[in-house]
Amino acid sequence: MCLAIPGKIIEISSGAGAGSQDSALVDVVGVRRRVDLGLLQEDRPGPGDWVLIHVGFAMSKISEQDALDQMNTLRMLGESEAAMQEVQGYGGEEVEDQKPI
Amino acid sequence: MPQGDRVRFVDEFREPKLITRTADEIRRLADPGRHYRLMEVCGGHTHAIYRFGLKDILPENIELIHGPGCPVCVLPMGRIDDGLSMAQDPDVIFTAFGDMMRVPGTHGSPLEHKARGMDIRIVYSPSDALKLARANPGKHVMFFAIGFETTEPSTALTLMRARAEGIHNFSVFCNHVTIIPAIRAILDSPDMRLDAFIGPGHVSTVIGCRPYEWIAQNENKPIVVSGFEPLDMLQSIVMLLRQLKAGEARVENQYKRVVPWEGNRAALRAMAEVFQLRPYFEWRGLGFISQSALRIRDTYAEWDSEQRFSIPGIRVTDPKAAQCGEVLKGVLKPHQCKLFGHECTPEHPIGALMVSSEGSCAAYFNYEHRKMEMVNILSPTA
Ligand code: SF4
Repeated sequence: MCLAIPGKIIEISSGAGAGSQDSALVDVVGVRRRVDLGLLQEDRPGPGDWVLIHVGFAMSKISEQDALDQMNTLRMLGESEAAMQEVQGYGGEEVEDQKPI
Repeated sequence: MPQGDRVRFVDEFREPKLITRTADEIRRLADPGRHYRLMEVCGGHTHAIYRFGLKDILPENIELIHGPGCPVCVLPMGRIDDGLSMAQDPDVIFTAFGDMMRVPGTHGSPLEHKARGMDIRIVYSPSDALKLARANPGKHVMFFAIGFETTEPSTALTLMRARAEGIHNFSVFCNHVTIIPAIRAILDSPDMRLDAFIGPGHVSTVIGCRPYEWIAQNENKPIVVSGFEPLDMLQSIVMLLRQLKAGEARVENQYKRVVPWEGNRAALRAMAEVFQLRPYFEWRGLGFISQSALRIRDTYAEWDSEQRFSIPGIRVTDPKAAQCGEVLKGVLKPHQCKLFGHECTPEHPIGALMVSSEGSCAAYFNYEHRKMEMVNILSPTA
């Protein structure tokens, strides 16, 4: 649960989306999910940026290289499946558009 | 591990040459006449250390002591019982992260309670618990919140949203704890001798590096905030050894690519808005530690499970033979617990340290213990 999962921002949306003022559609290894951007108000990411995600909230902006390394670390830790399960679980039962990029 | 195996394993890492060079640097820096006790505070590091077999790369006089940084491991069983007592109300939906589901309470884990018919659901984000509340206006959704500073801002923002939207059928059972007082308690404990700390990576993205300065200044112990890759941890150990060699004690940031020195101000603001420190809180194994946990402020009382429900305030002592406390403090190694590997296994955990992949007992069992079993099978006389 202390895993941080890297994801790439596809689009930012504000206002809409079940009450979250500030959210983004992110892509994590082909799975698309909505994450909250409320914790990055001071360093707002844009489409194409990479972020570290923890329990459905983007925690910090990172470089693409660090994102790839982080995914690799999760894989080496044997945690990539758990991480993907977590990402797929975001949004509860509601399944959003899942087309890989 | 034979030399050949070590090299093969190292090869799978990023920049294997650099890893070997860094390991050599550690050997050069470590004074053979000295025994080093370095504590990794974060459970994520504990998991990585076992998984990557870092012990096999390090010289023998560098001992890694596992710290209290696994949030499910430090939660006293009574709090789980308290949370589950609310779930008995048929109008309540109990939600928690997956990590909580197998943690034993006195009468079984949340998963076992679910099997008995309670409405208990896994969520992967506190905001999904809030979403469930929106979708089920006739029910009360309770979120069992655990975690250190990495997770606290997310709970805080979720509560701020609940209030802003006026969602009244949602509350949080707050079990959030803070890392600094736990480190202080460990340093105060008389049976503990430590030389330096490997600081938590993701907690520090929120709190930054400043809060550790007292460890360096007052306790005269170096601390290096570290990433989770093998190379990160080895580099952090090099930085610690350099400081120890020079007789220094400073806070350094090895994980600069993710951790800003000042932390995340938006996250800290959200936490300050919603939470305040409890005067004291019980930690499994460490006992009551003052100002070591968060409660929800009275301005958010309506969304605080502890103020909305009558919580029994259960206190349970762990089974006598279970030595979770000693293991949590780093006084005993996991396999030195009398129950390790016999009564207590990942399939049948007695303590939470055996449940979470970040718990040192589970990490030790899954890697070291299985490795030794393999050795015994392959060469039974060994
Ligand atoms: S082996 Fe089980 S009972 Fe013993 S310390 Fe570990 S979790 Fe606790």
